[in-house]
Amino acid sequence: MSDATAFVSTDAAGNPIFHDASGDHHPENGTLLGFWLYLMSDCLIFASLFAVYGVLGHSYAAGPTGADLFDLKLVAVNTSMLLLSSITYGFAMIAMQKRRVAPVQFWLAITGLFGMAFVGLELYEFHHLIHEGAGPQRSAFLSSFFALVGTHGLHVTFGIVWLVTLMAQVGKFGLTAENQRRLMCLSMFWHFLDVIWIGVFTFVYLMGVLP
Amino acid sequence: MSEPSDLAKLIFGRLTWEAIPFHEPILLWTFVVVALVGGVVVGAVTKYKLWGYLWREWFTSIDHKKIGIMYIVLGLVMLLRGFTDAIMMRLQQAMAFGDNVGYLPPEHYDQIFTAHGVIMIFFVAMPLVTGFMNYVVPLQIGARDVAFPFLNNFSFWMTTSGAVLVMMSLFMGEFAKTGWLAYPPLSGIAYSPGVGVDYYIWSLQIAGIGTLLSGINLIATIVKMRAPGMTMMKMPIFTWTSLCTNVLIVAAFPVLTAVLALLALDRYTGTNFFTNDLGGNAMMYVNLIWIWGHPEVYILILPVFGIFSEVVSTFSSKRLFGYASMVYATVVITILSYLVWLHHFFTMGSGASVNSFFGITTMIISIPTGAKIFNWLFTMYHGRIRFDVPMLWTVGFMITFVIGGMTGVLLAVPPADFVLHNSLFLIAHFHNVIIGGVVFGLMAGINYWFPKAFGFRLDPVWGKRSFWFWLIGFWVAFTPLYVLGLMGVTRRVSHFQDSSLQIWFQIAAFGAVLIAIGIVCMLIQFYVSIRDRHALRDESGDPWGGRTLEWSTSSPPPAYNFAFTPIVHDNDAWHDMKQRGYERPLQGFKPIHMPKNTAAGIVLAGLSSVCGFALIWHMWLLVGLSFAAVLVAAIVHTFNYKRDFHIPADEVVRTEETRTQQLAAVHV
Repeated sequence: MSDATAFVSTDAAGNPIFHDASGDHHPENGTLLGFWLYLMSDCLIFASLFAVYGVLGHSYAAGPTGADLFDLKLVAVNTSMLLLSSITYGFAMIAMQKRRVAPVQFWLAITGLFGMAFVGLELYEFHHLIHEGAGPQRSAFLSSFFALVGTHGLHVTFGIVWLVTLMAQVGKFGLTAENQRRLMCLSMFWHFLDVIWIGVFTFVYLMGVLP
Repeated sequence: MSEPSDLAKLIFGRLTWEAIPFHEPILLWTFVVVALVGGVVVGAVTKYKLWGYLWREWFTSIDHKKIGIMYIVLGLVMLLRGFTDAIMMRLQQAMAFGDNVGYLPPEHYDQIFTAHGVIMIFFVAMPLVTGFMNYVVPLQIGARDVAFPFLNNFSFWMTTSGAVLVMMSLFMGEFAKTGWLAYPPLSGIAYSPGVGVDYYIWSLQIAGIGTLLSGINLIATIVKMRAPGMTMMKMPIFTWTSLCTNVLIVAAFPVLTAVLALLALDRYTGTNFFTNDLGGNAMMYVNLIWIWGHPEVYILILPVFGIFSEVVSTFSSKRLFGYASMVYATVVITILSYLVWLHHFFTMGSGASVNSFFGITTMIISIPTGAKIFNWLFTMYHGRIRFDVPMLWTVGFMITFVIGGMTGVLLAVPPADFVLHNSLFLIAHFHNVIIGGVVFGLMAGINYWFPKAFGFRLDPVWGKRSFWFWLIGFWVAFTPLYVLGLMGVTRRVSHFQDSSLQIWFQIAAFGAVLIAIGIVCMLIQFYVSIRDRHALRDESGDPWGGRTLEWSTSSPPPAYNFAFTPIVHDNDAWHDMKQRGYERPLQGFKPIHMPKNTAAGIVLAGLSSVCGFALIWHMWLLVGLSFAAVLVAAIVHTFNYKRDFHIPADEVVRTEETRTQQLAAVHV
């Protein structure tokens, strides 16, 4: 769009110019826009799952309710893991802007560890619920709970796989322009999952234990 | 039969010899014919040593033009399959009255109407529409490729993988017997324990990934890669409708992915989203799938509106009437398409207020659509109209689509819908808009852009025959369904008692035969055109007196599309260039930066279809292996950083020199 004004469209005599003879025109890189669009589409998957939870969240089928099941202390620890991982990812990005590989790798590793702690605690919670007879098959409420929280957990897991891959690539090829772009995309993905989790935490857990 | 061992179950899941339909003579003969035709094609490709050529130049190509053509070939091949289903249904309904049960048992008939709907929407209309957007949009905006060329190739192969899975269901197991949207609880495990619904789920999930990624790709392309000077309000209308379509794709397909995933969870893990007991809610599925499904019909029709806009202004030799209103109408339709989904199930019982809201929003959509029709008519008014084949399709569309649109407004009235819901009137209505709109538009597009893609025009005589058989055939086939629907006949019925209805079904079957002749005429048209390609050759690159940038290139365009990026001054950029004495540059060529071909797309999609197949048959070992393989292949692909190259300047010089000679020969 900025191209529209940046280009000279008439020559000195006022005749129109119909092609860019200098070859200066290079289309803007669309990766970040494309990734934003992907995130928004992913956001719609979560929106659907939230809507499903909104419809089925009280269909307990005479089974346990959120107030019976949720352990807010555990979820608070879990939430702090994810929020801290977003901060540490931010440190990695600051280091990236200073072009320093070692701190980038360090903060990425810390981020990954927080992510793994989050997924681990979530798996523990799931295991505990299933063990208590409150598995996803028990009621529509539990089906929608496991689907929403589980999809988020799956995203974090893929984020960790991606993060490890990127650490290998940064280690091998350094902070090249491509790797910086990839780190930026993963950064958006990671923070996006944080935002989704805040929705989950509020909508599912906090509101779920209300009397 | 003895129970298979645990090991055999781990490897083969529920796939046994019984899944192969040896006992169904129709399927067996189909298989024989498919195997013979496939054998001939494979044999011919091998004999003429074309595998290497196909692999290098097409399968691994990331050139948006070749990918666009491959999408269109996929769509046309699947059209033959989808139409075979249609004519089988028409034949069954024409004969199955009273004591005559027809030739299709109900469980087979149910698979056919499901497959027909799924194939026609997902694997005919979608690939054709995506193919045109892929081929035309970068050329219209003066770009050298799309924003993410590799992703484009990957998207195509994911769509193809979905199509392959649907085709496999014909000869291994069964397809869904649920109707094309697979409503639960019928599609749940309790009532559809077989593999049919699983084929449905995984083929759509895999193809859906491709569609979503191609939507993201084309939005980024249109937003970021337009030639200098092409502001939003100077974009060709086809590009505008493509932009809106891809916005719809990105905003609608995730909902389909989510709802099919939940259905899969119900079927595979015993959750209770859509079941009858333990709190499940089947109507939530119906709501969610139509939140995707209604935008989907606009995903199909909007690009086609774009095609008609290009065709009307080109063949009326006039600037499009009401460009700005056309753009706003498109955007309004895009937004409104999200506010009408409930009109697909007024009978759900959501009450008068909700039904009124959705009835009114539905009727409002006819306003921007009507504005478009008037714009096309006013473009023709005082125009110098040439009735070439694309223009015939356009005029046929305007008449047919307006009638289809009006029956739609009729159905939008909730009380009327209570009478007509799920009747043949509805079937007639949506075929009226999908055939009369989407299919006619795609045919116009094929005839319009074929010379651009291949350098010679399609034979007009056979093209006109195809058009007339399609047009008349459509009306003969679907008018009886309107009549039957008003009499209360419901859809998806394979046998009737009331013999007074039979004559209408026989007329409809005759109409389907006329359409079949129309399709055969199209195939003959392709054959005759290739045979007579020297006589039909177009050296100018601009056979119709085109107005947009794609007509400024040679036909077919060079790999890099434009040796120099064009600078745009006007909506009809190429027309403006011709008017103001544009001179093609003959020197000063520079090397051109282009993306490199890659096999990653076809490999990833191939592995995904293996994974889908294994999921369908519960082959858990293969599921694990193929999923791991997809992950590893994707990660390996990201380690490839050398994805582009430069076309050397002297090669550009040679290509452009050939073009200069071509043009000189035309002007002599």
